[in-house]
Amino acid sequence: MTSIGTGYDLSNSVFSPDGRNFQVEYAVKAVENGATSVGIRCQDGVVFGVEKLITSPLLVPGKNRKIQTIDSHIGCVYSGLIPDGRHLVNRGRDEAASFKKIYHRPIPVDALADRLGQYVQAHTLYNSVRPFGITAIFGGVDDVKGPQLYMLEPNGSYWGYSGAATGKGRQSARAELEKLIAKHTKNIDINEDDTDNKTIQLKVRDAVKEIARIIYLAHEDNKEKEFEIEISWCSNEETQGKHKLVPKELLEEAVSFAKETLSHLEDSDDSDSDDDNNEGSATQDNEGDIVLE
Amino acid sequence: MNHDPFSWGRPSDETYGTYNNTIASASPFPKMNTQQPIITGTSVISMKYNNGVIIAADNLGAYGSLLRFNDVERLIPVGKRTIVGVSGDVSDMQHIEQILSDLEIENNYDNSYADDEETLKPSYIFEYLSTLMYQRRSKMNPLWNAIIVAGVEDDKPFLKYVNLLGVTYSSPTLATGFGAHLAIPLLRRVIDREEDIESTNLELAEKTILESMKVLYYRDAHSSRKFSLAIIDKEQGLVFKKGLQVENMSWKFAKDIKGYGTQKV
Repeated sequence: MTSIGTGYDLSNSVFSPDGRNFQVEYAVKAVENGATSVGIRCQDGVVFGVEKLITSPLLVPGKNRKIQTIDSHIGCVYSGLIPDGRHLVNRGRDEAASFKKIYHRPIPVDALADRLGQYVQAHTLYNSVRPFGITAIFGGVDDVKGPQLYMLEPNGSYWGYSGAATGKGRQSARAELEKLIAKHTKNIDINEDDTDNKTIQLKVRDAVKEIARIIYLAHEDNKEKEFEIEISWCSNEETQGKHKLVPKELLEEAVSFAKETLSHLEDSDDSDSDDDNNEGSATQDNEGDIVLE
Repeated sequence: MNHDPFSWGRPSDETYGTYNNTIASASPFPKMNTQQPIITGTSVISMKYNNGVIIAADNLGAYGSLLRFNDVERLIPVGKRTIVGVSGDVSDMQHIEQILSDLEIENNYDNSYADDEETLKPSYIFEYLSTLMYQRRSKMNPLWNAIIVAGVEDDKPFLKYVNLLGVTYSSPTLATGFGAHLAIPLLRRVIDREEDIESTNLELAEKTILESMKVLYYRDAHSSRKFSLAIIDKEQGLVFKKGLQVENMSWKFAKDIKGYGTQKV
């Protein structure tokens, strides 16, 4: 980073001469070292998964939830600075509640994405605030466009995805998502109307297992650290359009499936090692999140 | 000088002419809140039985004596173990419906198991509603309703009433409005005291409620044939039956009723 020390990285709202906003780029660094989060858009809904590194043996297992609910039909997970994510979710809840008060119907996922995007973007404009140190994956099912999944970055840009991953293990996770989605996608003309999301043949129930597998795989480079896994889903078929944690039994099933496929991989000595093992420069706390200096 | 205290501090009429009240389009009152309900729902009736509670309300929204809307759902489910039955002003009911939905969403935000152990219990919802109703009546701006909260809590049936005055009470059989006069005696034939709950099963309770709905439809001019009925059973959970109809009626008695319309008595 040759630009450090030039003074252009001290403030939001000031561009460097080559047109970059360094504060936003540093926020992205915070995300890159956060715990891995994954989301998949399926035929009948969306699934979220997150890796929870165990920072202390005194933490109560299975509690300390990371995935949150924005509205009853929208879930959210994020990597990076957890309190920033908490704040973003609170904002999302306010937006969802205000939409409902005005229009008497649940907020469509794309409308929420737009509002949150604007809010995050506004935090790149002012000297008195810092950008959000998170990349959030959120989505749900609404009756206008069905299942939708968005990923929102620290600079405020958001894109719709059929599979999204962020955090430390994002690269291997994204590679897996690409394979998974290619495998379950019907080969059709790209211009064909896909409002029913029919091209993806994957159901949420199967995606839960795949997410567990992907998170276990993405954790491989971080092997020495203990972790828990949290998975939630939102589907018309499984949860009547509500965002909920997956039932205990399904989570256990998914975890054992993940462990089994992973041990097969190790046996064949064929594990993917194309993911990032850089970013070791920033100091991390024991949660794997970056410590701001 | 005009010594009438009413004229003190006012521009004198002799000098300025009489004051024109329409200038400020002033109301004769400083402020006015709801004085009467507009679109109304009639009775809600309910009773406990050995395994839960049962509650029913018809689907009519009346505008005075005009049977204006025939598809109003007045039983509001909150979570999986509570039904809120509302009679009285329908717009106020819709306001309450919205408050309850917000309450439920907010409760579910950070409760991972919001379906079971962390869900809002009937007593919580009742406490909230009774506080709301009392607060509104104390502001002299009541929500013009009578509400019955029915549910199952800790495997025991829950049934309580609150109305626009903030008055609350509980009983094994409850009804609002006209039902409090017509249905309660019928319900009490089956359950007169707390002890009778144990000996009343679902079948008998449902039969009694259906019979009471029939009598209410016979005699309450502002009721409809179509109604909804909900059962909250500690084993089966919530069973919500919509679009039911009063069946097996006999209107033979009607020809003997005298004393209205153009008939010669």
